[in-house]
Amino acid sequence: MSNVPDTLRYRESHEWIDPTQSPSPVGITDHAQAELTDVVFVDPPKVGAQVTAGQQVCVIESVKAASDIYAPVAGEIVAINEALGSDPGLLNREPYTGGWIFKIKPSSPAEFDALMDAGAYGKHIA
Amino acid sequence: MSDTTPLRRTPLHAVHVEMGARMVPFAGWDMPVMYTGIVDEHKAVRQSVGVFDISHMGQFIVSGPGAEAFLNRVLTNNITKLQPGQGQYTLLLTGLGGVIDDLIAYRTSEREFYLVVNASRIDADWEHLETQLNKDDDVMMANASDFTAGLAIQGPKAREVAAAVFGNETSFPEHNTILVTMTDTGPMWLCGTGYTGEEGFEFFMPMETAEMWFRKIVEAVKAAGGMPCGLGARDTLRLEMGYPLNGNDLSEQRTPLQAGLGFFVDLDKGNFTGREALVAQKAAGLPDKLAAFRMTGAAPPPRPHYPVAFAGDIIGEVCSGTQSPSLGVGIGMAYVPLSAATIGSTLEIEIRGRLFPAEVVKKPFYRKPSV
Repeated sequence: MSNVPDTLRYRESHEWIDPTQSPSPVGITDHAQAELTDVVFVDPPKVGAQVTAGQQVCVIESVKAASDIYAPVAGEIVAINEALGSDPGLLNREPYTGGWIFKIKPSSPAEFDALMDAGAYGKHIA
Repeated sequence: MSDTTPLRRTPLHAVHVEMGARMVPFAGWDMPVMYTGIVDEHKAVRQSVGVFDISHMGQFIVSGPGAEAFLNRVLTNNITKLQPGQGQYTLLLTGLGGVIDDLIAYRTSEREFYLVVNASRIDADWEHLETQLNKDDDVMMANASDFTAGLAIQGPKAREVAAAVFGNETSFPEHNTILVTMTDTGPMWLCGTGYTGEEGFEFFMPMETAEMWFRKIVEAVKAAGGMPCGLGARDTLRLEMGYPLNGNDLSEQRTPLQAGLGFFVDLDKGNFTGREALVAQKAAGLPDKLAAFRMTGAAPPPRPHYPVAFAGDIIGEVCSGTQSPSLGVGIGMAYVPLSAATIGSTLEIEIRGRLFPAEVVKKPFYRKPSV
């Protein structure tokens, strides 16, 4: 079974965001990494970019295919995970910790409420 | 192929699903792309052993007093060089020299040949061979594709697996040889070949026996430290060796000379379909050539159809491309003008609107570390 931490919020397209931190880290779920398998490259977003909720912001590549990653909420990208440049496999090994992709400073924290909680996401992938 | 055409299933389809494979459409078939992961499966074949379902591939039996002459007239390699039990890589061309298919032809006896062809080209190959056949050729052709299953056992421990599964029933087929054996369960064709660059063999059998053999072989493969492998690993393994894939790297629009397969074309053996076109192309000079490239810096993996630039101009597109699991870099092949195809020249691959540098390199991309 996939790990779905209670403290996070989720998008249908399998990104997670941590609303308890500011800025909020964003990554892909354990379920998503298991589907993708072997991530070999992360094309990160630009630090400083202003993005809207649901905007495609970066691409992660497995051996098999390229997958788009969407911003869970609107805001400014304030950091990217440099460690993924040399070790993209972190996304597979530690999807919720070392494998975070970028940090976003939400422009409207109310948007978190539009995302799924762990219970809803668990049903979504069941 | 239209979207409504139902995908065909090999006799192992249910077993793949039972083993947790992810199924994808390939050449009109619903095939396993992976069981656990492409990289693990790839490494199993490089380091121990893997087994692949290749039941989608086609088999033709061409026999009769005229079989050798007929095949030598339609295939590029010189089939008269084969002794019974030997095989060779060869190509089937259009009259204009374009590649209809690449295949392996084995001589199973003085007057009989066993051809193993690509799944996507079974119908095209068969139609082409029929149109090339004359009434007085004294040749019989049988298409065994619909009732033949196949497994590829590949990797340094392939011999170990063969010994465990077959015991004394048959010996191991050496490279480019075929052993045809009659067993209690029917005939077996063991072909010393593969598509991975590792030692191994392809094993063809009657469809009804496929599941029994597959389960036995998977067990032996796992005991040897390997695993069942999907088409994803088959693709990364073959591309690391620089082997072309029909449909990606070979097509009727280009000749084997452009594809770098001149070694398998015997222009001196007498006439064969497409020969005149090849002779003319050789005299005129090749317009382009299949170059192997590897990404030189941090870059996303190159993938089919990405544009390829040289000296600032887009000159073609990626035919095959992937991240090499063995090398950890992006590798690919593309048709480029000869001026861009020299070893060491710099290409650029356009990926999502950005250009990433790549270097033209010699094939194979991957060489086995010397022991």
